[in-house]
Amino acid sequence: MNGVHDLGGMHGFGPVEIERNEPVFHAAWERRVFAMLVAVRKAGHWNVDQSRFAREKMPPVDYLASSYYQRWLYGFQSLLDQKGLVSRAEVAARIDDPASRFERLPDALPAVTVDDLQSPSGPDASKSDADVAPRFRVGERVMARLIQPLGHTRLPRYARGRRGTVIRDHGVWVLPDSSASGLGPNPQHCYGVRFAARELWGDAASAGDSVHVDLWDDHLEPG
Amino acid sequence: MTSDSHGHDREHDAHDDDVQEHRGHDAPLTDVELRVRAVESLLIDKGLVDPAALDALVDTYETKVGPRNGAKIVARAWVDPAYRQRLLDDGSAAAVELGFEAAESEQLVVVANTPQVHNLVVCTLCSCYPWAVLGLPPVWYKSNAYRARAVIDPRGVLAELGLQVPPDREVRVWDSTSEVRYLVLPEQPAGTDGWPEERLAELVTRDAMIGVAAVSDRVTAP
Repeated sequence: MNGVHDLGGMHGFGPVEIERNEPVFHAAWERRVFAMLVAVRKAGHWNVDQSRFAREKMPPVDYLASSYYQRWLYGFQSLLDQKGLVSRAEVAARIDDPASRFERLPDALPAVTVDDLQSPSGPDASKSDADVAPRFRVGERVMARLIQPLGHTRLPRYARGRRGTVIRDHGVWVLPDSSASGLGPNPQHCYGVRFAARELWGDAASAGDSVHVDLWDDHLEPG
Repeated sequence: MTSDSHGHDREHDAHDDDVQEHRGHDAPLTDVELRVRAVESLLIDKGLVDPAALDALVDTYETKVGPRNGAKIVARAWVDPAYRQRLLDDGSAAAVELGFEAAESEQLVVVANTPQVHNLVVCTLCSCYPWAVLGLPPVWYKSNAYRARAVIDPRGVLAELGLQVPPDREVRVWDSTSEVRYLVLPEQPAGTDGWPEERLAELVTRDAMIGVAAVSDRVTAP
């Protein structure tokens, strides 16, 4: 979707300010949001692409004005509601009354345990071992397709319709554009693609500079 | 008010929330605190999370996983040319050699700074970041300003942050749009040849491994 989350190349956001000696979390509630989301996703209720898509669907004015963990909380609540795990009504009732009733989930996936956290990959693994041939080879010229998907995509607007060169084949991965929308993994090769800065931004960009974007077969055509 | 200052204010609100929590039990909880508590208590009631696992996750990312992991990788690459080559060939495997395994389905790619090339990492679409080797990302990396500007004006961003890249040195920006995570291998500072690996690791900062700073021969933060 052409959402405000697709920020690359926008103007007007002011300077980048680095906070010295920054803590990992800035508030106790951020710790809880972080841990809850990681634990629930690792249990397998949804995949990483659905997680990102849920945050992207935050109303644009709210998205821009929210902190990172506020966006996480928004996406988390959307998915909990959408998957029938915790409804918005239940949360509203629980805010008013800490002993509010709730709907039991007899068939829910088991919660991840401390031991489960040691396993490197959850059931949502994005890497695929499917035997899929690459459509492009390293060194080949490609063009990022000029498309305007309504769903989730990892093809940023600034690269669409631009020409670049494949510099690395990352192997076969789930296509986020597909898995975020529940359309299956659609495994295919993902590549590192180098775009000259001038191809993306025009002649004011420095001549030798480049931007690298990781793109999948479905995002590319011969350039 | 610009969008950026608005976003920045919200970060300060987060600080205020933290302050409020320490103000005492009489202070009312903020809306976001109430909401988070409600969600967590429902998840526990329904058996969807194990509170011990939540605490373990927080502890891991607050005290165990952080930029010191990446700094050890960088220092090893500086003192051991064979390791450096393995790191550039297969970042994930080289990180695992030092005990740093990604918790998710990710692949680590390490890009080396040289006198001719400066590398910079961003995620314009969300805030993808190499958690296994750098921990959780700082607020500035996740800010609208950095995500917007790093790809269109990397030299301007770097200059603002105190790093002037000469015109004849190429800037390569890496937009983390897949599950590949990027780590910059900074140049070893002059005058540190022969230093022990542990001492070199102390010089390596988080910001240098994202690509917004050079490594100095003196210990700096962060």
